[in-house]
Amino acid sequence: MNSEITQWDRFLASFFDLQIMRKYLPDIIDGFLLTCHLAIFIVISGLALGLLLAVIRAYEFWLTSWLIAVFADVMRALPPLVFILLLYFGLPGVGLNLSGYAATYVTLTLVLAAFSEEIFRAGILATPKGQWEAARSTGLSFGQSLAYVIMPQAIRMTVPPLTNRTIAIAKNTALGTVVGVGEILNQATTGQSFSGNASPLVLGAMAYLILFIPVVIFGRWVETRFAWRRA
Amino acid sequence: MEFILQNFFNWEIVTQAWPLLLRGFGMTLILMAAVIPVGCMGGLAVALLGQSRYRAVRWLTIIYVDFFRAFPPLVLLIFIFAGLPFAGIDLPAIVSVCLAFLLNTSAYYGEVFRAGIESVGSGQSQAARSTGLNGFQTKLYVVLPQAIRNVLPDLVSNTLEVAKLTSLASVVALPELLYSADMARSVTFNATPIVMAAVLYLALLWPLVRLLSRIEHRSMSSR
Amino acid sequence: MSDLPILDVQGLHKSYGKLEVLKGVDLSVRERELVFIIGPSGSGKSTLLRCCNRLEESNGGAVIFDGVDITAKSANINAIRQKIGMVFQSFNLYPHMSAEGNVALALRKVLKRPKAEAIERARKALHRVGLSDKAENYPNQLSGGQQQRVAIARALALEPKMVLFDEPTSALDPELVGSVLEVMRGLRESGMTMLVVSHEMRFAREAADRVVFMDEGHIVEEGPPDQVFGDPKMPRTRDFVSRINH
Repeated sequence: MNSEITQWDRFLASFFDLQIMRKYLPDIIDGFLLTCHLAIFIVISGLALGLLLAVIRAYEFWLTSWLIAVFADVMRALPPLVFILLLYFGLPGVGLNLSGYAATYVTLTLVLAAFSEEIFRAGILATPKGQWEAARSTGLSFGQSLAYVIMPQAIRMTVPPLTNRTIAIAKNTALGTVVGVGEILNQATTGQSFSGNASPLVLGAMAYLILFIPVVIFGRWVETRFAWRRA
Repeated sequence: MEFILQNFFNWEIVTQAWPLLLRGFGMTLILMAAVIPVGCMGGLAVALLGQSRYRAVRWLTIIYVDFFRAFPPLVLLIFIFAGLPFAGIDLPAIVSVCLAFLLNTSAYYGEVFRAGIESVGSGQSQAARSTGLNGFQTKLYVVLPQAIRNVLPDLVSNTLEVAKLTSLASVVALPELLYSADMARSVTFNATPIVMAAVLYLALLWPLVRLLSRIEHRSMSSR
Repeated sequence: MSDLPILDVQGLHKSYGKLEVLKGVDLSVRERELVFIIGPSGSGKSTLLRCCNRLEESNGGAVIFDGVDITAKSANINAIRQKIGMVFQSFNLYPHMSAEGNVALALRKVLKRPKAEAIERARKALHRVGLSDKAENYPNQLSGGQQQRVAIARALALEPKMVLFDEPTSALDPELVGSVLEVMRGLRESGMTMLVVSHEMRFAREAADRVVFMDEGHIVEEGPPDQVFGDPKMPRTRDFVSRINH
């Protein structure tokens, strides 16, 4: 009887020590905010770059199309952590010193750009050819047809896969820990090793849940809204 | 130009680090061979459980999937690796890695299979049941093959993600490819080993990316 | 009506890889004419039509429209397409825009008219096809016949000199065909030059100035509808006409 209570108490003490949690809460909040702005920057730049690349590729000039195709394949095949380490440890050798934050930002932006370019491209290709024909037959140029007729339809098709992929890449901000970025995971593990207690980890876990469960729910809402529109 | 060659493509270091990286590559392959099939089967189990008659079971699978998809895999890994010892559970690194990856990938595969199963119209199982097949046979012979065909692009895409996931094991000092490369880098103060690792990853995964593209285009044009 | 043809197709050739679809086609269309092209599937009639606004690129020969060789490399194809309208078998309306949005788009972006003027002109075009009350509806709220009429209004918006029709009623339910043919009749009466590929033989008999019969990439016979349908000169024409009269 006595040993059971002690075991539970021990569990609480190791994982839910409120004093330790209170002590490290500011750090976790710092990490939370950093994760947020890092993720937001990545999402905005990654999607914008991906859209730009997809539009350039739509013009079907052999050289740019080939370069973009290679870029998209490489950034989708490489584990992001490899690229982060390459930038962080490799560039100083040629005189360019990127901070951990910058290396993470650049890597994940390029990864999101690669995935979103492929998704946008698929949307453009899936738009019926007749739409191009109708638009061109009224005298609209290639660029005008792309901008006013094709892209609005293509983008609507891309929302579900794009939402999923964007959320997955936003979660990869945790990789920044490895190169010293002070996001949630980093703060949590630092707190854990300083305090010799797992409570900071639990606090970090809660921070991730608070951050990502609303995001996942938002993602599901976006998907259903766009699926309905198509009908 | 010299600079770039020296720092990223140093041939001497390539020859020195090659054996170490090859061993790491082997470990990576072992990890993939362990995690992908088991995670896939786990996901299938989760998806099938999600079709259960009992509401409690269905709810549990939803919670399971949402919970383990909300966590970044690295976070899950570190929490298991650094946190469990506090509960008195001391796992070797490779077990922590496999456990974390399993929880994560089964949730993702579970979601993909669920979407696949739901994409097969109920008319299919109704027809099958009306010819006398029981629930299990219906799922196995009629629903699943169609479900898999419908979500094949997502399955391959997910498998690609899991393959890349193995690089995270380097963070807990598991001697797979990236860890070995990073070791070599810190010893030589040169980024060449990481470039080598990148090349090896590309050699392994680029064909998978190409396959994925082809599958995606085929499924989109048939729509 | 001037004597020079507004459209002059000279020795047009088109191949898809090894398959030769147009084997040297000559065709002239005068202003205000309604020319009907008939023939079995695979005869090249759609391809011929689509070469007239360069939606298909020919491999040989020339297409002269309103005095300009549109197949020349120096031709400004976007400017030329402002003067040639096209109506498609599958309508191809822009699903993300209303009916008046569909019609007004080219007015706004190609002719650079201000939005208010473009909508005004779009409404007039829709009135012409009998759909003023549907101006703000979206394509998915319209029947097939209504969609095709909007497509015709869209083709007319830039006030082209000629309109190409590629099987305009083939995708329509039979009871909706009439409304579209009605619009086409009205268009003819207002003096539009029209080049039509279609199976609507009754319409051809009553409205066409000239019927052209194509088979296997050649024009086999052409003439007034009474001749081509009633008293065809070539055996292949006779064969085709007798089959469709059933």
